Amino acid sequence: MHPIAERIQQLFPTGFVKAVEWRGDLAITVTRDSLHEVARFLRDDPAMDCDYLVHVSSVDWPDDEERFEVVYEVYSIRKRHRVRFKTRVPESDCEVDSLTDIWKGANFMEREVYDMMGIRFRNHPDLRRVLMPDEYNEGYPLRKDFPLRGKGWRDTFEFLNEAQS
Amino acid sequence: MAKLEDQRTTVYKVDPEHPESANLPTLRTEELLLNMGPQHPSTHGVLKVILELEGERIVKATPVMGFLHRGVEKLAEDGTYHQFIPHTDRLDYVCAMYNNFAYCRAVEKLMNITVPERAEYLRTIVAEVQRIIGHQFWLGTQALDIGAMTVFFYTFRDREILLDWFDELCGARLTTSWYRIGGVERNFTPSLLDKLRRFLDYFLPKIDEYVVFLEKNRIWIARTKGVAVISAEDALSFGLSGPTLRGSGVDYDLRKYESYGAYPRCEFSVPVGKNGDTYDRYWIRVEEMRESVKIIRQCLDQMAAEGPIMADVPSVTLPPKDRVFTNLESMIQQFKLFSQGFDAPPGEIYCGTEAHKGELGFYIVSTGGGKPYRLKIRAPSFIHMGAFDHMARGYMIADAVTIFGTYDIVMGECDR
Repeated sequence: MHPIAERIQQLFPTGFVKAVEWRGDLAITVTRDSLHEVARFLRDDPAMDCDYLVHVSSVDWPDDEERFEVVYEVYSIRKRHRVRFKTRVPESDCEVDSLTDIWKGANFMEREVYDMMGIRFRNHPDLRRVLMPDEYNEGYPLRKDFPLRGKGWRDTFEFLNEAQS
Repeated sequence: MAKLEDQRTTVYKVDPEHPESANLPTLRTEELLLNMGPQHPSTHGVLKVILELEGERIVKATPVMGFLHRGVEKLAEDGTYHQFIPHTDRLDYVCAMYNNFAYCRAVEKLMNITVPERAEYLRTIVAEVQRIIGHQFWLGTQALDIGAMTVFFYTFRDREILLDWFDELCGARLTTSWYRIGGVERNFTPSLLDKLRRFLDYFLPKIDEYVVFLEKNRIWIARTKGVAVISAEDALSFGLSGPTLRGSGVDYDLRKYESYGAYPRCEFSVPVGKNGDTYDRYWIRVEEMRESVKIIRQCLDQMAAEGPIMADVPSVTLPPKDRVFTNLESMIQQFKLFSQGFDAPPGEIYCGTEAHKGELGFYIVSTGGGKPYRLKIRAPSFIHMGAFDHMARGYMIADAVTIFGTYDIVMGECDR
């Protein structure tokens, strides 16, 4: 196993779930409760020193019990290593701790995840939609159950809809 | 007249011991909310910022984005990997080539494809040409926003030459789609090589010409030096990248840190600022143009005259166009790749590329099959906007324009 993953497993035996290394990328899955601690460790530990938050992303797995996956990717400018850590959240309670207090850039990136996937971030200073309109209430566009094609002008033609169905 | 004098002294006389006892007229001191954009010409597209002002000073700035949101990440889930290449043109529509490059690199990492050497050189050359175009565009518009009009004409005149060069290369000036997964679409012709060499000789002295307009210009200096300062620590914490980060003194450049393409075989330096202000970021971009010229020259000298321009992985890469029209197997291969796509292995990758705005990254999750399960674009413009409030506080309204400009923001990429 990758030394960074081993270190995290030792320090967070209950929080660590699994580590995957593929195509040179290291991805560590941790439990939701330990996400904030692991993130703080990754930034503050001198051996990790991940001072740069690359991106925050999310993946929807509708068939799984814990439906959503929140993905953080961090980089160390001095040590030049990259770590991806992620956690799973169920749909009924999709909320994770915000990492805004660790990396300031997490503010906008987490807002985007909230906007697109509907995952809420606890202790986030300004959790509003960022790309979709504020009053938009038709769901979260990047969820897999969100329709790929919207309703529009073409739907007013009945003969087109008949041909499709 | 005398009476008026009397009135003044009686009404406005303030006893320093008891200032509250003076009968001063009440002044309105509430904060002013100002909507800047989305139709403001210097917001580089459709960006709106709500400025909370105290007089002319910005107390708080709230960016409102999404006017150009087209759901590109959702569209990616509906098409094959090849079909997404033209969508990347429309992200940062000023510098389409670099988006193509970043995306193709990400898919190549996913598919574990090695690109032939000549293709790597071609890609690097075109990427650097695109970087020059991007910086010319930035320099012209930034100077225009601040009030220096002449530079705009000079940079756009030279940018036009390169856009015509792109036109000859791939038939499009802006939405190029020239990169392919595993290589490039079309080889350089002798005419293109000749034109590029001649352009470089012409262009290098022109950079000094642009700079003369600005560096000796008191207004430019006054409006860029010490404006929108961000410390290295904050810049890192906000996730800034590219010249915006390097202006604060961090030499983070993926061309050096995680070298790719033909960059490891070229010698070039990464300019780094120290004050973290708009002027340093300007200086970095000008220097990067000179470095780009250096890189292109080295690539042109090192590149072999002949060689494949596409990796030979028939299950993934497209066959050459001339074979498609004459050879049955190639035609079937082309048809299958475009109708079904190739079968990507399940897994996830992130691949970042140093575009001229910053780190443009693609995070792709694949569950097998021909379409990405999830494709996330790490757009530098969006992440830079996250630092806008922090950088704008305390400056004047007029500086807000400078700060949009200093990120080199393009809303197509910011809103996706």
